[in-house]
Amino acid sequence: MSKIGVFICHCGENISSTVDVVRVAEETGKLEGVEFSTDYKYMCSDPGQTIIKQTIKEKGLTGVVVAACSPRMHEPTFRKACQEAGLNPYMCEMSNLREHCSWVHDKSEATTQKAIDLVRTLVEKVKLNKPLYPIKVPVTKTALVLGGGIAGIQASLDIANAGHKVILVEKDPSIGGHMSQLSETFPTLDCSQCILTPRMVEVAQHPNITLWTYAELEKLEGFIGNFKATIRKKAKSIDENICNGCGHCTTKCPTKKIPSEFNTGLGTRTAIYVPFPQAVPNKPVIDKDNCTYYQKGKCKICEKLCPTGAIRFDQQDELVELEVGAVVIATGFNVMQPSGFPEYGYGKYKDVITGLQFERLASASGPTLGEIRRPSDGKIPEKIVFVACAGSRDPAKGIPYCSKICCMYTAKHAMLYQHKVHGGKSYIFYMDIRAAGKNYEEFVRRAIVDDEVNYIRGRVSKVYEENGKLIVKGVDTLLNAKPVEIEADMVVLASAAVANPGAEELAQKMHVSYDSYNFFSEAHPKLKPVETNTAGIFLAGACQAPKDIPETVSQASGAASKVIILFSQNELSREPVVAVVNRSAPPVYSTCVGCFMCASACPYQAIGEELITDRKGNVIKRVAKVNPGLCQGCGTCVAFCRSKSIDIDGYSNEQMYSEVMALLNND
Amino acid sequence: MKIGFYPGCSLTGASREYNESLLAIAKEAGIELCEITDWNCCGATAAHNLNKELSLSLPARNLALAELEEMDELVVPCAACFNRLIMTQHELDENKEIKIQIEEKLQMPLNNRIKILNVLQFIEQHIVSHLNTLIKKQLNFDVACYYGCLLVRPQKVMKSERFEDPMSMDVIMQKLGANPIDWPFKTECCGAGFSVSKPKIVGELSGKIVRDAVNRGAKAIVVACPMCHSNLDMRRPAIEAYLDMKVDIPVIYITQAIALALGLTPRQAGINRHFVPVNLPVNS
Repeated sequence: MSKIGVFICHCGENISSTVDVVRVAEETGKLEGVEFSTDYKYMCSDPGQTIIKQTIKEKGLTGVVVAACSPRMHEPTFRKACQEAGLNPYMCEMSNLREHCSWVHDKSEATTQKAIDLVRTLVEKVKLNKPLYPIKVPVTKTALVLGGGIAGIQASLDIANAGHKVILVEKDPSIGGHMSQLSETFPTLDCSQCILTPRMVEVAQHPNITLWTYAELEKLEGFIGNFKATIRKKAKSIDENICNGCGHCTTKCPTKKIPSEFNTGLGTRTAIYVPFPQAVPNKPVIDKDNCTYYQKGKCKICEKLCPTGAIRFDQQDELVELEVGAVVIATGFNVMQPSGFPEYGYGKYKDVITGLQFERLASASGPTLGEIRRPSDGKIPEKIVFVACAGSRDPAKGIPYCSKICCMYTAKHAMLYQHKVHGGKSYIFYMDIRAAGKNYEEFVRRAIVDDEVNYIRGRVSKVYEENGKLIVKGVDTLLNAKPVEIEADMVVLASAAVANPGAEELAQKMHVSYDSYNFFSEAHPKLKPVETNTAGIFLAGACQAPKDIPETVSQASGAASKVIILFSQNELSREPVVAVVNRSAPPVYSTCVGCFMCASACPYQAIGEELITDRKGNVIKRVAKVNPGLCQGCGTCVAFCRSKSIDIDGYSNEQMYSEVMALLNND
Repeated sequence: MKIGFYPGCSLTGASREYNESLLAIAKEAGIELCEITDWNCCGATAAHNLNKELSLSLPARNLALAELEEMDELVVPCAACFNRLIMTQHELDENKEIKIQIEEKLQMPLNNRIKILNVLQFIEQHIVSHLNTLIKKQLNFDVACYYGCLLVRPQKVMKSERFEDPMSMDVIMQKLGANPIDWPFKTECCGAGFSVSKPKIVGELSGKIVRDAVNRGAKAIVVACPMCHSNLDMRRPAIEAYLDMKVDIPVIYITQAIALALGLTPRQAGINRHFVPVNLPVNS
């Protein structure tokens, strides 16, 4: 005879404001097999858990139903409480009264009735629950880090320094990411390359890190501790083991006018190229789309020049399979091309550029060697206008969110300009100045007070050319709220930070969720900021949301420490919610007839065969067998089985039917 | 399909030439525009500043009348009338309660499904396909296409992607052989209703528009709004006073430009009715 305890949570007011929780406890207390029912304000708190534990002991409960929030949130909490009171944790079920009832309905009798129904179904299910025991699986102590920007670099170094192997995969020919393109960094104005390049070298030389550049994730299968990743190593057309990085090959390449990605189109590169002099690895790749040989079948000048004979025109992409225990996604962000704002003239006027392009102009490694010169004629601009929020916080045409980094880098840009062009005048049109961060507000003050940057609170309506000047029309919303017109020599748009082009596809490949802007979603916005909702896959940096360098590095170290915690165990416990093939006494042994429809249906290749033998070793029967280490408990095999011989532990057909019947027998 | 026509007050008065040229090109293209019987004022600027219910009832009555006459589409050439009619349609669509109130007030049902077209949309959808066969003359000179404020706004109703830099009129003018200049003043304010109360402001705002069009080599400014036209054309003395120079660039309606390209006489196009004389090099 079942003795079930029902515990109704108010979730503060989340549930109790629309559901009459006292009545739910009363009504469900009357159900057959329910020994005890009660309600409490916060069931997940220490006193709440104590109520559950004490009741289990005092009443000798055989099953527990906690009606509270989503099991995604607190199922582990309540199962652990049950375990501590001596009950098998899988005898505890959660009824989701918050997401499935109180949050989606208004306060009414029907809402309370629905809550009672939801609890009732689970009471019926728990009656059929049986004790289950976690499955132990081994952990492959190698991490895969995707993306070699500062986030990927930091995460790789932290994991590697803890003694674990790391495979760092970067899609571009060099690691370094956006940070390698930056000039100076806020709020200290230290040079970005000076702090980044030593770390890039450290990655390349670390004995625990294997670096694959020009490579991308093709496929990811498996589960926490036991992922199988397929990486596509794109053909570089170079034998890296022979190439000594002399760079001779790049000097005579006939295709010289390709816009340089590293210099954001402000400079050019050749078809065989190293993206920038400080690249890691400092060995070239051939850009097949622009190479004369690949396109026209003739040239091979680089092959003739190469002193070591390292050019390989016949090299093919290589697919490599890896076993890894954890994945860190650190694929970064992109800068929105402001062509959706024709009124700003980006793309029409050469001297209207993005913030990232300005970084290249201000950088000592950039096309102007750090001198601020206009792209059109190379003149030093005497007046420069910065437009903050070019696309950000603009639900009508751009993106509604704040890109977070622009206020700070725009202040930095204006400051760098004032330092480099004495007597120059700089203006910043802004909506708000968001300088929340250590030493950030002080930095902005320095720009305003010491460097005399003119901050104008208002938006820019239009930028157009007149007599060789860029006329910036805007409004100053403070003081007299007057229209402003500035004759500028250059305009810099702080264009919004957006997700990378392939982000959505990558998320789908890895089964991690992403938001409507294609940024990857963390498992919980406050308490699980580096985890994804797929166990064993972690997030670092701006692929999750726009963020600056300090925040990116912190998150990368956070993700790394999660990986290290995972790798500190030799084996992991997995939920025992897996398929099983039934067994019975001789002479039947099992109702399975060995048709193996289940095996062909299984998406995880988790079903094999088992030979049932007699004592002499003669094979009596051939039946299906589920490998619990591979099974994900999806239930596809159950639907396929013709003889009802396969079932999911914890979600058996019988249990599902009992839930449905509980709803149908509603009187 | 029955295409309705709502002229509004301007087209029967100060902008008769807009009316004449629109009807003339529609006729050339074999399209019948059926004027709504017993149409009333759209409410213009006054109503929606003072009385919300009235500002919705006035256009709603016109829409209901158009439905009674079983019109599928309704052409509204005046940009202000167009704005009031389409805003009313939008608001009544969004807010069912107000719609019921207005219907009671009008004592007419409104199913609110009629497709309202401004003059650019009308030309795009009904005239452009005939242009290849109908065009007799080329307007091969530089023009400045001036849209003003109301043709492309508000964005949430018009769903226009380039409301700061619209292109539809430019595309039509190109088909007539003209060369639309790349122009940042397309949607700058002309001064609008200040024409009556503070013409000096109109002189300044319209002056900047006219000056820039001239500086960029335009031989004519093309408009699709009676208010814009009267500010740029009729208020030319105020503009010249602000600019302190004589400016003779003519201002024509898009419908007049088409009429000229179709080989209609200047009189048929209503070009003789302007304050600033129109002498354009139209080639056969």
